Amino acid sequence: MSNDKTVETRKISAPMDDTTAASLRCGEKVLISGVVYTGRDAAHKKMVEALGRGEGLPFDIKGQVIYFVGPAPASPGKVIGSAGPTTSGRMDAYSPSLLAKGLKGMIGKGLRSPEVIQAIRENSAVYFGAIGGAGALLASCIKEAEVIAYPELGTEAVRRLVIEDFPAIVLIDSLGQNLYETGRKEYQILG
Amino acid sequence: MKEIHVNEVISAVERLCIEANCILNQDVIDALNKALGIEESSQGREVLQQLLENAEIAAKENIPICQDTGMAVLFVEVGQDLHIIGGDLTGALNEGVRRGYEKGFLRKSIVKDPFNRINTGDNTPAVIHYEIVSGDKIGIAIAPKGFGSENMGALKMFKPSDGLPAVKNFIVETVDKAGPNPCPPIVVGVGLGGTMEKAAYLAKKALLRPIGESNPVEEYARLEQELLTKINHLGIGPQGFGGRTTALAVNIEVFPTHIAGLPAAVNINCHVTRHRQVVLEGRVSSCE
Repeated sequence: MSNDKTVETRKISAPMDDTTAASLRCGEKVLISGVVYTGRDAAHKKMVEALGRGEGLPFDIKGQVIYFVGPAPASPGKVIGSAGPTTSGRMDAYSPSLLAKGLKGMIGKGLRSPEVIQAIRENSAVYFGAIGGAGALLASCIKEAEVIAYPELGTEAVRRLVIEDFPAIVLIDSLGQNLYETGRKEYQILG
Repeated sequence: MKEIHVNEVISAVERLCIEANCILNQDVIDALNKALGIEESSQGREVLQQLLENAEIAAKENIPICQDTGMAVLFVEVGQDLHIIGGDLTGALNEGVRRGYEKGFLRKSIVKDPFNRINTGDNTPAVIHYEIVSGDKIGIAIAPKGFGSENMGALKMFKPSDGLPAVKNFIVETVDKAGPNPCPPIVVGVGLGGTMEKAAYLAKKALLRPIGESNPVEEYARLEQELLTKINHLGIGPQGFGGRTTALAVNIEVFPTHIAGLPAAVNINCHVTRHRQVVLEGRVSSCE
């Protein structure tokens, strides 16, 4: 989808049903409201190890959206500190296992591996991009935050967040279309 | 001989940690505004606007611009005629980092060991680069480094016969491979010459230079411009969504090197490109 076509922002909720996930298209702008779970490197490792041992995950993953974030500590009176996305590629080793278990969405920034893109297609999931470096702005869309697993990991603990009108863009859709490729091609000057 | 108490160093570092993380430097704000005027992609313009809005919220609410408040990297220039009293300087710099990260509600991202990965809990130790200089002052620059961008850096030892064209390709390729990961628009620090570690050090030091200030040597200033154009032709754009603004600046630092070598290092900064500095004056020693 072209960058410069006027695209209306679509409001969606999390967790996500299959129809919503399958209908989202690369380049589409969304405002996400509802519940998402946080997780980064160490939490992903623990979750996938738990699956390997035949144990359950800290939350029912079906239809859920994971936000790759390690927030800054909340200052007094705040729900959470600065909370922008971290580089998603570091979760590539773990994401296919979670997608196979029913994960529907991931919010992060940056490139994904061919294996993850394949798993997104196979499981009709979506990879959303949030603005990297806009942690103060994004924190203002987070209304509640609670650590639900692995508190020993500090900022990397799994948190349950209630978000409202959280701005994101569809980077990779369920068909495997990738905004990082299509967007860039339009502005590339070769030679 | 003039002297300075470590307590002064501690408070200065504490303050610099918080300011560097919560206040976007004016040179960056100016560069983002300038980019907004040039950017053709509507998605790219929207990202630039959101980054400016984010900086306003961060400054107003005194919260970090980005949740990755980085590993504290300090460049310390110690005047050889200055006497540090009241304790050890390295300890004081780390204490300043400890206090700044705690008081400023900054994220503690440092793990004790690259493999065991247990958080030190106070964002120390800092990476400290010392230089002994003439005079009786101490200059402290802090550049907290987020790893979204740090992970995208690269270093290569070229043969002298490879020459400038190969080095230029390497710099542009490094940015190309990084793509959206380092949160563009980025600032690209380049270190050329010296030894392996000197080139890496220069690439990082280059990131301290404000956007818009060129290398003083005409030939390198031209190279900075040429590389900036090439990088912006990659089309990566703000956040990698496509556009004209992939980098805000390319800063090159150069050092003499060995007859057999041509080291080149690239260190990338995200749009926040944090750096703050202070010069502390020593006082005349009371016992003189």
